[in-house]
Order: sequence, then C-alpha cells, then structure tokens
Amino acid sequence: MSMLWLTRSRTSGGNFIKKIICTSLTLSSCQVTAASSFSSLLSNISSNGKEATFAFRYSYSCSTTSAAFRRYTSTKAKKQILSVKDDDDNDDGDSALEENRAMDFPGGEITYTTEMKFLPGSSEKRVQCYRVLDEDGYLISSNMSELVSKDVALKVYSGMVTLNTMDKFFYEAQRQGRLSFYLTSFGEEAINFGSAAALSSEDIVLAQYREPGILLWRGFTVQDFASQCFGNNEGHGKGRQMPIHYGSKKLNFITLSSPLATQLPQAVGMAYSLKMDKKDSCVVAFFGDGSASEGDFHAALNFAAVMDAPVVFICRNNGWAISTPVTEQFRSDGIVVKGQGYGIPSIRVDGNDALAVYHVVRSAREIAIREQRPILIEAMTYRVSHHSTSDDSTKYRSVDEIEHWKTTHSPITRLRKWAETKGWWSDTEELELHVEAKKQVKDAIDEAEKKEMPPLRDMFTDVYDELPSTLVEQETVLRETIQRHPQDFPKDIPM
Amino acid sequence: MWGILRQKVGDTGLSPQGLGNQMLRLRPATSAVRDYSAATKEMTVRDALNSALDEEMAADPNVYVMGEEVGEYQGAYKITKGLLDKFGPERVVDTPITEAGFAGIGVGSAYHGLRPVIEFMTFNFSMQAIDHVINSAAKSNYMSAGQINVPIVFRGPNGPAAGVGAQHSQCYGAWYGSVPGLKVLVPYSSEDARGLLKAAIRDPDPVVFLENELLYGESFPVSAEALDSSFTLPIGKAKIEREGKDVTITAFSKMVGYALKAAEILEKEGINAEVINLRSIRPLDRATINASVRKTNRLVTVEEGFPQHGIGAEICASVVEDSFGYLDAPVERIAGADVPTPYAANLERMAFPQIEDIVRAVKRACYRSV
Repeated sequence: MSMLWLTRSRTSGGNFIKKIICTSLTLSSCQVTAASSFSSLLSNISSNGKEATFAFRYSYSCSTTSAAFRRYTSTKAKKQILSVKDDDDNDDGDSALEENRAMDFPGGEITYTTEMKFLPGSSEKRVQCYRVLDEDGYLISSNMSELVSKDVALKVYSGMVTLNTMDKFFYEAQRQGRLSFYLTSFGEEAINFGSAAALSSEDIVLAQYREPGILLWRGFTVQDFASQCFGNNEGHGKGRQMPIHYGSKKLNFITLSSPLATQLPQAVGMAYSLKMDKKDSCVVAFFGDGSASEGDFHAALNFAAVMDAPVVFICRNNGWAISTPVTEQFRSDGIVVKGQGYGIPSIRVDGNDALAVYHVVRSAREIAIREQRPILIEAMTYRVSHHSTSDDSTKYRSVDEIEHWKTTHSPITRLRKWAETKGWWSDTEELELHVEAKKQVKDAIDEAEKKEMPPLRDMFTDVYDELPSTLVEQETVLRETIQRHPQDFPKDIPM
Repeated sequence: MWGILRQKVGDTGLSPQGLGNQMLRLRPATSAVRDYSAATKEMTVRDALNSALDEEMAADPNVYVMGEEVGEYQGAYKITKGLLDKFGPERVVDTPITEAGFAGIGVGSAYHGLRPVIEFMTFNFSMQAIDHVINSAAKSNYMSAGQINVPIVFRGPNGPAAGVGAQHSQCYGAWYGSVPGLKVLVPYSSEDARGLLKAAIRDPDPVVFLENELLYGESFPVSAEALDSSFTLPIGKAKIEREGKDVTITAFSKMVGYALKAAEILEKEGINAEVINLRSIRPLDRATINASVRKTNRLVTVEEGFPQHGIGAEICASVVEDSFGYLDAPVERIAGADVPTPYAANLERMAFPQIEDIVRAVKRACYRSV
C-alpha cells in the first residue's frame, strides 16, 4: 500500500494535516492487500501517470488490513511540496522542515516528523547480557580483579553448595513422604548468593520462592529451614505455612506468599515507607519470568517509577513457568526491555555468573538509593529444577536439555573454577564442604521431624492482633470436644 | 415473652457469664448514647468521615490516604476534601488507575509500619484488588506467625447507589465478612462514621470499612462526646437504635434508616419493633442480637446485598444455634433481589428492600395478616 501524505502544519491550532495528495483514480484501482509491496505500487502509480507523484512510506513490516484509508481529491497535483513554509509569524526560517517543530502536549514537548515510522516490536539484536566470568571460570575482562574479596567469594561459594545440598535432601525427603511439598533452586544458586552478598542486611527483601539463598546468607540456619518445612513447634512460623514459605522479620525477609507477583506492588509500598524514613537502604523484589505477566508486575513498575521508589526489581528469567516456556509467555525480548516501558533503567545479566550478579546488584542498589528510583535487573539462567515436587518437567522438556544446563553451565562449578584459579579453593576444601553440608542438612531433617508439633493454641492466635472472644470460645469448645471424644482426634496435638 | 421456653443459658454455645454480662451491659450502654442524642450539632456523614480522617492524620504522622482522585480532586465523593492542602502530597497520594497496584502498595507500606487508608472509588472496584485485601492483608499476620501485622483500612462506598447499574451496586459485606483476619465495619450515622473510622485507623488489624454513597449527604445529630478527637466506638459492638419488645429487626448501613421508618409505621399498628444497627459485620455482635431475640422472640434481618450466603443467613444461623428455643416464628430474611442490579428506575426499586417490604416481613413474623 502506498500513498504519500503531505503534511503541513499550521500553528498551535494543531490541525496539522492540511493537504493530503493522492490520486483518487490510481488508488481506487489499487488492490490494497497485505502483500502489496511498496515498489510495485509505486510503479503502478507512475505508470498510470496521473497526478500522484508521492508515495507513502513507512518502515514497518507487518501486514495491515485495508482499514482507514482516507482519500481526498488532489488540489495541487504534481507539485512537490517538500519544504514547508508556514504563513504566520512564528516562522523562524530555519525550521522549514517539519522535523523541528514541536508541540507541548500534556506530558511534555514532542517534536514532529513527516516520516511515518512504527517502532518495531523488538529490535533485531537482543539486549546483551553482562558477564564477568567465562564458562571455565576465567575473568573475561582484566580490570575486574578487585571485584570481590576472598571472604565474600568463599562465603558465596559455600552458600551455593549448602543450598544445593539442602535442596537435594529436602527434595528427597518429600519423595519419601516426610514432607508434603518442596521447591528447589537448582541452577539458580548464583542469583541467590550473588545478589544476597551485594545487599546490606538492612535492605528489605520480598522474594517469590526460589530465593532461599538470601535467607541462608543472612543467617537463617538449615535447621530453621527444616523446622518451617516440617511445620513443627520450633519453626518461627508456628506451623502456619506450607513448606518453603519462609520469612524472618529479624532478617528483613518478608514471609513468602503464594500468589505470584503480589510481592511487587508490596515492595513499592515498603519502599515508599522507607523513603519517608530516609534510610540508606532499598527494597529488593524477586520474581520469575512468568510472574512478569501478572497485572501486579505492571502496576508495580509503573507505580515505582511514578513514586520514585527505591526498589530493585530482580527477575530470574529461567526460561520456564512450570511447563510454559518463555516463548509462550511473552513476545518481547525478555523482561529487560519492559523496564523502558515504565521509565525504569534496566540491565540484563548472566544469572549463572555469581560475580556478575554481585556486581550488577551492588551497582543497581547504589543507583536506587542515591537517585531514589527503581531499577530492573533481568538475570538470565535456566531452571534445572522441576517447578516443584508437584511437577515432573521431563514431561514437557528433554532430559538432555536439563542435563546440559545442569552440568555445562552450572553456576557452582563456574565459581569454583574461578576460586581455584585464584588459589582460594582446592579439592580438599571441596570435599570438606560437601561433607559438612550433607551432615548439616541430614541432621536438620532428622531433628525437625522429631520435634513437637505446634500447640492447639497456635491455631487461633495471630488471626488478629489480639485474640478475639469468638476465637477464645471456639478454642474452649474444641478442647472440651477433644476431651470428650479423644478417639476422633489425632494424638500428636500438644494441648 | 420471657416465660416461654425458658432454657438454661448453659445449654447453648454462649457462656452463661458472657451472656449475662452482655445483657447487663446493654441497658446502660444504649441509654447513655440515646440520652446524648439531644445534641446541639448536626453533621453529614461526609463531614464526619472527613473530620475523622483529618484528626487521625494530624495525630499520627504514619497515617496516610491513598486512592484515585483523593488529592487534587478532593475525593471522588469529596470525603478527602481539604486533606491534600493540609497534609501535602506525601500523606494524600493520588494514584494511577490500578486498584491491584495501590492496594498492594498500601499493604506493603503497612508491612513497614505506615498506616494507610486506601480508598476504593466503590467497593465494586475492590474486586480488582481483592487478592491483596485477602491474601496480602487479611492473612499476613497469621501466615507470618505474628511477624507482619497490617494496620490498613480499606474504605469506600459499598452497595447500591441510585441508577448506577450492575457493576456499581453490589454489596461486599458478605464476601469480606467471611474472611478471618479482616474486620468489617458498616457505619450508618455520622457518629458511627466518626467513631468507627477512627477506631479502624487505630486498629492494628486490616479493616474493611463499607460506607454508603447515599448516606454521605445525610445529616445526623452528633453529641459533644462524638465530636471530641479522642472519640472512638468499639469494634464488634452493635447498637440498639430503637428499643422494642415484639420483634427484632437487624440492619446495617442505609437499611438502618429504612428499618427505623418501618418501625414507626409498625408502631401505629401496635407492633413495637427493636431495631439493631449492626455497625460491625465482622466481628458480628452475636451476643446483642441473641439477647434481643430472646427478648422479642421474632427476628427479621434486612440487607441490600444478594440473599444467598448473605449477612441475614449468618445472623439466622447464629440465632438458630444459640436461641432456637426462643423463636416464636421462622426468621424472616429480607435482601436484595437475586439479580445483577438493573438500571431502569422502576426495576431498580424492585431490586432492593423498601420500607414497605420490611413492614410486611415484620407482620409475617408476627403472624399478622399481610
């Protein structure tokens, strides 16, 4: 389809299409179809030799229907009017071309153009991924040598191994029927610990569910994890939540909530509150590639930008949302480009490179606090895990694919290799670490299983700040009933 | 009526002490408030809410208001009028149009110690944010084992207005009233509005505060006590608006006014009705309701919401559980029609309880011919 629109602006009256010239004759005989190519139509026009010498150009490669073609009878045929002279006082001479005129629309000044150009849905080149270490653990860029201290690096590494070990055994425990549910973070350990190390303990974390490493880093013990999963009396959670829904007020980690992406606007709200406190800390919200489809994601990012909230949004793009691959989740170039849609600076990082993650999160945090604005980070990785113990991912993806990512791109292996090049790690320490982690995890599970369950009273507390009389009544009635009919109730409820 | 079917209080689920105390407390409480009604000042519900917000925001810098059009526009229903000028844009926050967004943000800020008052332009729009009200606010204290309390208030007009159709007329009392972890308040008069809103803002738990658009402009007398900035009403206590001995009528929000008018009509026909203004759907003041039914032996519940699983259903169940022997007639339940609200004025009038419906129901409950 081709038609050349001659536009000429008036003054601030806003009526900027003054003349539209085409050949009614030529175009009426045009078949406007999606397949029409520009050049063929142009030749069609010129061969007809009618008035129209203009062609309609646009750089947009999708098919359109024949909707909305306006046709006006030419009044000034055969006249090339490329320079636009405005016949009013505001003509300052050098803005002869339309391109330089601007209009103060609500929201700010926008300059005009005569070139009708659709922004493409995505750019040809995908946004690049920031990385520091290559697959073999070598620093790619030589000026990165002082990136992280030995202590931090080894704490990150041992955290990754501990998490990996914990995941293995807890997963097994579920398979053996000792736990009702579990969710692992295999393959995403670098995101967990790279980011955890980059944050301060005062930064408030609202996670999704594949970020237990943040808690581990901050001091939540493997025993604490086990207690929560088994729902026993020891767990801070009073047996209220299903497994892996951890939280710790003391460690600034908000208790996990199942509905996806709800933590994102909550994060913005917390950041709003932090702003009022004027603290040197920010809020960090984690979410997955699938969660970015939720309405809450869009509301949160929009709001964060509008409210200048110091939130670092970290997306773990691991390629899968249960069985939905990213190709079916969105059509954009991942999540990183969405930041621009909301006016938020964004970056994409290699999520399997712990040092890169550390570097990016630390920088993002600084910007967020210093400039009091949100930042979006997309950490690219792969979900080696099944979605959870309720999922068998071999049903929708190949075992080879999983194995490939598990071995070739293991973030743990990569960091270890780097630590070895620095002389900070050896096989002896590796063995020790694994033995220690395994023991810690197994003991934790055994201990947690043996512990008492929460007492009956805990069923009724915390519904409200104060125990209401209605619940006191219910508890009284329940206790009486248990006393009268003990055979109807389980034996392991501490009264 | 007391002599009939006198059962031992202990047979019921209510503890004897509790019920006895309740009944003792009823008299002084109601008469004290009633005597004050010879007050000098009248106040619209709108002004009552506005003054309550103003006072609470002045008293506690953590209290802030958020919602669509609450600031520059002075509030879609002018409830937040003047607050932006007085407290500034950090305390009166205009939001982009996303209920899910600002409800979630409000909850998040409450996690961190602020005390937000979130306005839904109507509670119909709260459905777009209901996940945050229930899963992020109501359940958080419990799920986090007491680590995260959410001192948030969700307020806005609820139920039908006039000629606004199906998506602007639903009553959410039953929906929110069924959720443990929430408190649900339903003010009627200006005194209710002031006292309950102040109590809601001061409460550490999440509160759903259901107002009524048509009541905003109505004036009520307010006592000097109610005008004091420290005035609050207890959450979970109903108010006996009109004492009677023949039949108990329970109502909330706008229906309290209808019930009172119906009571006046009934008085002329020799039926002496007791009207209870629920004030609180959760916790429901079962003690007051049951005590009243034990006195009058007949019950009519009135609400504008849909009948199935409604407030009347819950009250009826409570009375059957606790005061079955005292009932002399089946419980009469008046509710809105079981249809999405029609727009046409004649149909809309048929879709919601009118004073005449209440009168007829009371007569049925009293075995009078209708």
